[in-house]
Amino acid sequence: MADDLFKLNIDGKDIEVPKHYTLMQACEEAGAEIPRFCYHERLSVAGNCRMCLVQWKGAPKPIASCAQTVGDMRLNPDGTPPNILTSGDYVEKARNGVMEFLLINHPLDCPICDQGGECDLQDQAMAYGRSGSRYALNKRAVENKNMGPLVKTIMTRCIQCTRCVRFAAEVAGVEELGMISRGEDAEITTYLEKSLSSELSGNVIDLCPVGALTSKPYAYNARPWELRKTESIDIMDAMGAGIRVDAKGAGVMRIMPVINEEVNEEWLSDKSRFVWDGLARQRLDKPYVRENGKLRPASWSEALQKTAEALKASKEKTGFIAGDLVEVEQARAALDLARSLDIASTDCRPAGATYGADGVREKYILNPTLMGVEEADALLLIGTNPRVEASVWNARIRKAWLWNDLQVGLVGEGVDLTYDYDHLGTGPADLDGLLKGDSAFVKAFKNAKRPMVVVGEHALVGENGLDVLNAAHQIALDAGAITEEWSGFGVLHNAAGRVGALDTGFVPGEGGLDTKAMLEGGVDTLVLLGADELDLSKLGDTTVIYVGSHGDRGASRADIILPSAAYTEMEATYVNTEGRVQMTGKAVQPKGEAREAWAIFRALSELTGKPLSYDSADQLREQIREHNPVFAGLGFAPGKSGHEALSKAPEKAKTLAGARPFEAPFEDFYLTNPIARASKTMAECSLMKRGLETPVAAE
Amino acid sequence: MALRRFDLEAGGETFAFKAETEPTIAFWLGKYPEDKKRSAVIPLLWLAQKDNNGWLSEPAMRTVADRLEMPYIRVYEVATFYTMFRLQPVGKNHVQLCGTTPCMLRGANDLKKVCEKRIGKKMAVTDDGRLSWEEVECLGACVNAPMVQINDYYYEDLTPESLDEILSRLAGGVDVPPGTFVDRQNSAPIGGATTLKEAALFDGSRNGVSGLPNLPEATKGDNPEPEAKGEPARSKPTNTDREEPSKATVEAADEEVELEGERPAASEANAEGGDDLKKIKGIGPKIEKQLNELGVNTFAQIAAWSGDNVKWVDGYLSFRGRIERESWIEQAKTLASEDKS
Repeated sequence: MADDLFKLNIDGKDIEVPKHYTLMQACEEAGAEIPRFCYHERLSVAGNCRMCLVQWKGAPKPIASCAQTVGDMRLNPDGTPPNILTSGDYVEKARNGVMEFLLINHPLDCPICDQGGECDLQDQAMAYGRSGSRYALNKRAVENKNMGPLVKTIMTRCIQCTRCVRFAAEVAGVEELGMISRGEDAEITTYLEKSLSSELSGNVIDLCPVGALTSKPYAYNARPWELRKTESIDIMDAMGAGIRVDAKGAGVMRIMPVINEEVNEEWLSDKSRFVWDGLARQRLDKPYVRENGKLRPASWSEALQKTAEALKASKEKTGFIAGDLVEVEQARAALDLARSLDIASTDCRPAGATYGADGVREKYILNPTLMGVEEADALLLIGTNPRVEASVWNARIRKAWLWNDLQVGLVGEGVDLTYDYDHLGTGPADLDGLLKGDSAFVKAFKNAKRPMVVVGEHALVGENGLDVLNAAHQIALDAGAITEEWSGFGVLHNAAGRVGALDTGFVPGEGGLDTKAMLEGGVDTLVLLGADELDLSKLGDTTVIYVGSHGDRGASRADIILPSAAYTEMEATYVNTEGRVQMTGKAVQPKGEAREAWAIFRALSELTGKPLSYDSADQLREQIREHNPVFAGLGFAPGKSGHEALSKAPEKAKTLAGARPFEAPFEDFYLTNPIARASKTMAECSLMKRGLETPVAAE
Repeated sequence: MALRRFDLEAGGETFAFKAETEPTIAFWLGKYPEDKKRSAVIPLLWLAQKDNNGWLSEPAMRTVADRLEMPYIRVYEVATFYTMFRLQPVGKNHVQLCGTTPCMLRGANDLKKVCEKRIGKKMAVTDDGRLSWEEVECLGACVNAPMVQINDYYYEDLTPESLDEILSRLAGGVDVPPGTFVDRQNSAPIGGATTLKEAALFDGSRNGVSGLPNLPEATKGDNPEPEAKGEPARSKPTNTDREEPSKATVEAADEEVELEGERPAASEANAEGGDDLKKIKGIGPKIEKQLNELGVNTFAQIAAWSGDNVKWVDGYLSFRGRIERESWIEQAKTLASEDKS
């Protein structure tokens, strides 16, 4: 044990740290604060900003602490541990000099810079810089670069820390950013100013320690100190990344990631980060009723009355479908309302999906957990494209592939996942006898200590859905992925509301119809809970009641619209794909007359004559917890505790030969839900992705 | 160094390596393992530049990137970092004029004016496409300053006139042989050798060797004229009459070393009977022993040394005037009188 540790004396304090630590980490361990620009704990060490200089007594020069490994340090001549000073005249002079060089070419435009107030350079110049400049010559100017619709560049401000270059190459896995030329002419750019093609490009904005890379949609919108900051949960995918919603007045100004090591580390996908302008567009801010084929604004009482009448018409011919973004509270209240009227046709799954009906939770969540991929040694992806379904998790898979030598195999559409994988097939048919193959991956997979099988939810939709699930489960069992220590089988969802709704039991009751049957005209009255990703064309003259926040496909078909709050406008419970229960925060008020959805169903229950038994969200949550204890554990993913349920062999899958190949989970990463479709930024991204010019000229 | 950007217009759409370049590419790729082939990026960029009339177009750079399976941005970084990769078209003869301090002190600024007059602005190509120029940092030929590099060769020791002459000949499509443009060989002194000219320095005669083996055949005669100015004369090499100098002859040669002055007379008394010469400041046990060997044993002897004697002993002991500086004679006189008293 002692061999792995190294003794140091930092600022007169004796400390023992692991040998692989950098001197910077050791200094922080000792409680010293080390300024830095280029160093970032999730990126490789570059050592080029020189801001982290410390004094090593006896060394001829100051040491860049980020690039000095503790284990490589030499003891003092008398055998005592090296003495490090992180403050004092020597260190201060060194840092002051570095800062002066950094500021030589940095413009003094903080008052008009979007980074102002949250700028590393600004803060550190206050702490370590000198009060004036001695530089009398012209500062250099650098041409701004086009990096697409998300990242605004003011390259004169760049201090060449190369964090963005390292992020693109290492984390995002798209080598598109680089530093060209050299010396005074060095510039950060994409290749010939092409847009970044990564789904994670927005993270370079957070990484940039100065105002060179800022958010284009947020440009000149607000100052950081004017914003109300609310910690919340993202619902653009099923990961439930930690976010902070920054709001000013009634509007959401921006969304930033919050560090959640188990879910999103500190990254956020572009859709999650830039969707906020969609929260202010296409909003349903008052109830509507269709009259003579046209929607007209109505009062709440009128709309609710009409809805109640429609619901009471027939219990057999009435159905509820929950959409992708439905929160647990809404699902519970809607389900309670349906059951109070003996309506059995309730479903939260996409049309054609049959999984989850047995209520075995382990069979529809991602048991190995998102973080678990870092412990796995082989990963088999079936019918999923994590790059678009869970972009941030894809970066974690890449990390494991890069550093842990994770072997990846894919059955499904062959796409660029930013890491190498063995393409084992394209459809369910390739799951038959998959383990009998002799490819390098199959060998590695069978010998793996912790193999991991992940099925995309999209692969479970359709007539072969259950067979795919069973076949995948069987593969996991055969590979030894289910042990007491490791539950290496799970489903990757891409809809934030799905797992929560399934946990609520939002599936057809006794004799009830499922989504597909309801959409094919099985019901005369259909309530859509923000369900827009459905084919509504076969509904015929069904009365459609749409409860949701955005005017999208569902609302345009609806006969009655009941406006509800969006995820930034309420405290709501979501369960991510791992089965992790998390809560959003309320950053702004709901738009106009919109109400939290659960309250709408509570109000409806009065009109149907069977009032629900809760009057507040807290009472509702209490019932939710009573109904299913998983909701009691906030922020907790069950992980390997699922092994018992999973160790039971699944039903033998019918042969999958001849089944249609797996399809892409969605057409366009940027336009997967009503909020994203309402966002101008997402529309620009979508156009860019399809190789079209952005409609808004680059600045 | 100014901002360097690809000339996208002149670069066209495509680029392909010439067939005769392929073996060279294979040679460079062969130096690195398959999974490390991006190490060959600089040689391949260089070859692409050669195959593209002396400059690197954007399609050429992409061709290299595709060959090495590198992201374009990584190759772009390399191509823009090294100024030897030119991102704009150049003339058939591209002049790289060294403007660094030694060349500048020797008149590079005047050469620049010639380039500006004959060719035009930096990196501009003449209308006939024959000439272009740029200023570069030190090319490492400071000893022949000022100089320019034209395509692959150095043209050294230039004057505005000689550069003008070179440029006008190149502009007329006439080749100009590279090298120095003054009367010197490579970087040897102008006008020929100024030192180490004696033939004896090189034929071994100084060491008593009458001939050294394997010397190149001298042109003619026993003492031939140097072939070129400044080249040391070489005696006729013979293998047959070579003689090893014997030990005796070497020692004899040592004996013959002549010292100036006069050797002081030796005394009759032996060392034990003499005075303790170490009492004289400047004489230690080693010098005392050497003096004893000369037969100098007493203070009186030293006190009686003449000027010539002092000179001789000084030379013998390689003292360079120490005897006088340390006034041995005065010390010896004092000590001798003390002894008597």
